[in-house]
Amino acid sequence: MAVWRQVLWKLLRDRATFLGASIILSLILAAILAPVLSPFPEDVFEFHTANRLRPPDGVNYFGTDRMGSDILSRLLFGARITITIALIAVGTAVAVGVPIGLVAGYYGAWPGDLLMRVSDIFLAIPQVVLAIAIAQTLGPSIENVILALSATYWPFWARLVYAETRSVKNEIFIESAIALGASPARVMILHILPNISSAIIVRTSIGMGATILTAAALGFLGLGAPPPAPEWGRMIAESRDFLPEAWWYATAPGLAIFLVVMGFNLLGDGLRDILDPRIRRAGGRND
Amino acid sequence: MSPILDIRGLSRHFPIHGPFGRQVGAVRALDDVSLQVMPGEILGLVGESGCGKSTLGKTVMGIHRPDGGEIRFDGVDIAALEPRAQRAVRKHLQYSYQDPGASLDPRWKIGRSLHEPLIIHTTLSTEERTRRVADILRAVGLPEGHLDLYPHEISGGQQRRVGLARILTLHPKLVILDEPTSGLDVSVQATVLTLFRELRQAFNLTYMFISHDLAVVRMMCDRVAVMYLGRIVEIGPTDQIFETPRHPYTRSLLAAIPRIGGKRITVDFWLKGEPPDPGNLPSGCRFRTRCPRAEAVCAQEEPALVAIGLQHAACHFASEKPA
Amino acid sequence: MTELLAVRDLTLGFRTDAGLARVLDGVNLTIDAGQVMGLVGESGCGKTTLARAVLGVLPRNAAEIAGGEIVFKGRDLLKFSPGALARDICGRAITFIPQDPYGSFNPVFTIGTQIMEIMKWKSPRRVTGHWSEHAPLLGPYPAERRRADMETVVALLDAVQLPQPAQILRKYPHELSGGQRQRLMIAMALLPEPDLVIADEPTTALDVTIQAQILGLIRRLANERNVAVLFTTHDLGTAYEICDAVTVMYAGQEVESAPTDRFFAAPAHPYTGKLLASLPRHDGEVAGIPGEVPNLVRPPGGCRFHPRCERASEACRSGKPPAEMLDPGHSVRCFHPVRPAA
Repeated sequence: MAVWRQVLWKLLRDRATFLGASIILSLILAAILAPVLSPFPEDVFEFHTANRLRPPDGVNYFGTDRMGSDILSRLLFGARITITIALIAVGTAVAVGVPIGLVAGYYGAWPGDLLMRVSDIFLAIPQVVLAIAIAQTLGPSIENVILALSATYWPFWARLVYAETRSVKNEIFIESAIALGASPARVMILHILPNISSAIIVRTSIGMGATILTAAALGFLGLGAPPPAPEWGRMIAESRDFLPEAWWYATAPGLAIFLVVMGFNLLGDGLRDILDPRIRRAGGRND
Repeated sequence: MSPILDIRGLSRHFPIHGPFGRQVGAVRALDDVSLQVMPGEILGLVGESGCGKSTLGKTVMGIHRPDGGEIRFDGVDIAALEPRAQRAVRKHLQYSYQDPGASLDPRWKIGRSLHEPLIIHTTLSTEERTRRVADILRAVGLPEGHLDLYPHEISGGQQRRVGLARILTLHPKLVILDEPTSGLDVSVQATVLTLFRELRQAFNLTYMFISHDLAVVRMMCDRVAVMYLGRIVEIGPTDQIFETPRHPYTRSLLAAIPRIGGKRITVDFWLKGEPPDPGNLPSGCRFRTRCPRAEAVCAQEEPALVAIGLQHAACHFASEKPA
Repeated sequence: MTELLAVRDLTLGFRTDAGLARVLDGVNLTIDAGQVMGLVGESGCGKTTLARAVLGVLPRNAAEIAGGEIVFKGRDLLKFSPGALARDICGRAITFIPQDPYGSFNPVFTIGTQIMEIMKWKSPRRVTGHWSEHAPLLGPYPAERRRADMETVVALLDAVQLPQPAQILRKYPHELSGGQRQRLMIAMALLPEPDLVIADEPTTALDVTIQAQILGLIRRLANERNVAVLFTTHDLGTAYEICDAVTVMYAGQEVESAPTDRFFAAPAHPYTGKLLASLPRHDGEVAGIPGEVPNLVRPPGGCRFHPRCERASEACRSGKPPAEMLDPGHSVRCFHPVRPAA
């Protein structure tokens, strides 16, 4: 489609957005090709205590950790965990939040108010605290981190979609679709959703970054995947005892988190600029 | 002949909310409005902004829910129907916005927008739909190549034509045209009006023509209804309304149109002031605060529409000869 | 009558993504002191651009003035520095009535505050040559002058038939109706006692009865105060009502200019004739103009109306017709003007 080709072209032209997109692409490649790319794939689960805490050199490019495992290899496999958490958590949040926001925004009145108050309640609870509570109750595991994150994230999408739906619903082409006799479901899915999709895409990209950050924070607190899973947040937590001498230990996962979050934010900001100037209707009068 | 559209005692009130969402009053956008539209005629609906003419059109279309009264379309009270049945009626009753081009989804190609009404209301096969869409497109004077374009890729005038084509694909019986010439240059307006006429011939349409432009209404309509603050103050055949207006408000509207080559209206335009706050209407006749003819009775009694020949006017002094 | 404003051969364009849009192509326009001049034309004909050029408010980064002059009281406004223009001309000798009066008020201040703020700098009573003219924000507003200015304001609100002026001044813009706001704009445009008021479609957003009131008001005040008005409109009926003379523009060229009665009785340019024939008539016959307004990035050469004109000849395509005087005050730019049957 011509529209998407145009978006792609703009994406390539804007340097910051291109950088963001490249980082995300590298992350995905790293996760898929982790077994091929890692110099020591077996290190993820094996210990080589003789090699512990080696600074970066020609063999271990990012040094080794307290168990003597190659940090680069663990980072690459960690990308899989990061992506899984972010994708499922954000995916669930979108799947729950978007329909709720759409229906609430379309019908307004009391069903809309009710749905919005429920999402307000969720927004009022600090995310990390709720996630800790869930993880504490159900035990630390990747599944529970995902559950905790989805439960706290969906209201962001619900509110966004609610607000966007309310404004698009006043557009004449929506009113005329209703006047034409289209059913509410048809109007919502075929007319409103495509017209607010750019806002959802932008929010999702930025939301991915935020989710990865929170997931890392939970890992840091020991609530994520149990050891020896190569979770980035946990890796930083482990490194605390060896700082500042083993500076590379915390630096590598820290940089990885920083880059990925920045990548998603750059991409989101760029997409906002690219997608937002909506296709303007021709024939405006100014004379 | 029975009317195609028969509106009886229609009311639509918009609540006014004070602080803390408390309802403190209501704007009576439509207050006990009754009128009939005969098959094949063009009924003009005129009045100034806020008089309720657009609300009337949108209430008939089901965009607003009426607070009282009946809307009979082909003998069926459509306001009382449940939503699914109401949507089915829309097939025969279409609404054209001030700018029909704005009714096109900017993310849909023209072709998809034109197929949509047929998908909703008919079970035609794709080939049949394609044929029907091509016919309509030809009727509004657009090339077939436009089907693959997005609305922003064609000119404003062409968007208008597509918008009209879209409401005609279902072969409706009644089309409500809401301010169809507002914002158009006269040379374009002339072509649009001609198009409306041709389409009426070709598709055997009945129009409800909502407009604030009396010159256009005079040219297009068989009958005219004049509205003021939610009520019909005068209704009748176009020629009679324009030649012997019975209601002082109609007279002031007519006196306000510039007449090229005639006497300058600004020299002795007599209507003073502006319409009162619609949320706080005067007692009795709504026009009395601006009416030069007003007397004590006008403040006490709200005049009903009375017949003078084919004309009906809601004025206590309607039967007087105009000065 | 003395010539107040003369626009001569003004040519300017706007830079757009598609290229330079030639919005004005050698336009001429003259207004005498106290004359109400109608500038008539359809969307995109350049009438608003011309009005803004006279007012000196064209966007400097997008507009490209290629030639011509705007002579106001003997001085070329295009040669003024922006500072001098703002100090001596804009808002003083030339004032403005907009199409949308609501957008011209700041919604967070009362009407009175906003009017007095303008009076502080633009009042006819201001002292000229005072140091504060160069540092306006620091200048004093003497109580005595303030009181006198206030009286002028109230008197003028009365003149534009706003009921209870003192109360209106205490209101916020959203508390007034469209008609009241437009009356207020007229009062504000007249406050500095200007020589020329530019009214850009001032009645387009109003209902017919309010339009009739406002037109009558502009006409009467302009006559009483001997103020010239440049009145742009797309509505020929409105132009007939209040103008002394009318100039028609098409696609950035002025095509005909004549005293109002003569203009409507004996239009000479084919475009003017077609425009008049497009007006709705009782008998239902209406002509319209086939074709569309040209793209100003690539306008047709010569007379820009030639692609839609059945009188067009080779001469029309190759060169722009010179202005021909048919009668005193009646000029037309056409190689084949319509002459009234003798």
